[in-house]
Amino acid sequence: MTEIPSLDLDPFSIEFFENPHPAHEMLREAGPVVRLDKWNIYGVARYAEVHAVLNDPLTFCSSRGVGLSDFAKETPWRPQSIILEADPPEHTRTRAVLNRVLSPTVMKQLRGSFAAAAEARVDQLLAKGSFDAIADLAEAYPLSVFPDALGLKPEGRENLLPYAGLVFNAFGPPNQLRQDAIARSAPHQAYVADQCQRENLAPGGFGACIHAQADAGDITPAEAPLLVRSLLSAGLDTTVNGIGAAVYCLARFPDQWARLRNDPTLARNAFEEAVRFESPVQTFFRTTTKEVEIGGARIGEGEKILMFLAAANRDPRRWDNPDQYDVTRRTSGHVGYGSGVHMCVGQLVARLEGESVLTALAKRVGSIEITGPATRRFNNTLRGLESLPVSIKAA
Amino acid sequence: MPIIHFIHPDKRSESIKATNGDSVMQVATGHGVDEIVAECGGNAMCATCHVYVDENWLPRLAAMSADENELLDGVAAGRQPNSRLSCQIKVTPELDGLVVRLPDRQI
Repeated sequence: MTEIPSLDLDPFSIEFFENPHPAHEMLREAGPVVRLDKWNIYGVARYAEVHAVLNDPLTFCSSRGVGLSDFAKETPWRPQSIILEADPPEHTRTRAVLNRVLSPTVMKQLRGSFAAAAEARVDQLLAKGSFDAIADLAEAYPLSVFPDALGLKPEGRENLLPYAGLVFNAFGPPNQLRQDAIARSAPHQAYVADQCQRENLAPGGFGACIHAQADAGDITPAEAPLLVRSLLSAGLDTTVNGIGAAVYCLARFPDQWARLRNDPTLARNAFEEAVRFESPVQTFFRTTTKEVEIGGARIGEGEKILMFLAAANRDPRRWDNPDQYDVTRRTSGHVGYGSGVHMCVGQLVARLEGESVLTALAKRVGSIEITGPATRRFNNTLRGLESLPVSIKAA
Repeated sequence: MPIIHFIHPDKRSESIKATNGDSVMQVATGHGVDEIVAECGGNAMCATCHVYVDENWLPRLAAMSADENELLDGVAAGRQPNSRLSCQIKVTPELDGLVVRLPDRQI
């Protein structure tokens, strides 16, 4: 049996988050699987192993939590998700419901209004000239379309981003980020619990559609609010960081921005490539359900495996010039949304938002210039910026 | 190795040697067939690997799942009775010579 290399690094430290790429390379090159003693876990960072773990959900389960906390040993900080933190066959049923609610057919209906909102937003920003691409675009745009698509009331939406930040911090170890987020969580949790109830969700929205599936008998009435909660948890901060990543890429790489402007139909792929390149969701855990072999090394039952999605998305074994942002790259197969049965159920919403914003930028904006320091926002799972001062000029 | 024939929207035919067990989507994306986008990477979620299967071959394919059937309602280029998602067609020796037509758009 192959010996598993041990690495002395903390993948949830601020130093790691500041510049994860050298550490990702170290993790990939150390071996197909590594030991991270700091948190008593294993890690996989190469594309092949990350993809294999994602696609074997019965061996590498989610029901014991997709964060560091092992639900077989610890009580989850909130009631366990019935989709994210579930395994087949239970997962299959709840997943089918969200697949229907967020299907390609539903996206066709949203396409027009999402595009119009993006054009209006970009026109407004052109009038301003200088702005913060995170607050005024990456956050403002999803906040202008997603809560309405979900059917949320106007009041209390300021809880959405803090709640999502909390959920993604909570996947991490009990460090300062996680403890602070949970300490401040009570009002956000109360808001979300309320919004998941049927009477608070507007007819025609994703939330009402989920509750309607309870009428059809596909889920129980008690399960519907928990599935709405999944959209509130994972539907907003992820696209904020995805759009932020795309704008940051296009502002940093003028040749790619020029290619997009020449051919705005590249917008969807330019967004997809930003998701590969920056990997807004950096990591997720699985737990082994039995003794397994990864890359010739033996791992026991009940072990936590950390999947470095971001490292897999830049693995030179899988990608040509992985550290280059290329709007024409064939991105199919990247694991920025995961892979397999748990692959992001909202991926079509994310792509629609990203495509809408980048199309509007490509058609209306001539130049994007970074005018101040880009500062980072730290989260145990999400990678993105706190602020990106830019100025833009009309085409 | 089975051969899969892809007919492009401009009627140009491209014949590709496939590996048994791969999906027709993987055969296409592995050989730069640009009309197959396959955004979700083969997880039957995105409906961007849509193909029209030649009528003579249609009965020889395994039946589609309920998931695939629902996704096909959302394809960009218009669903036809011979519409399938190529990520759900697995290459077998019996499919040697399979002919699929590529739609003009996937999104």
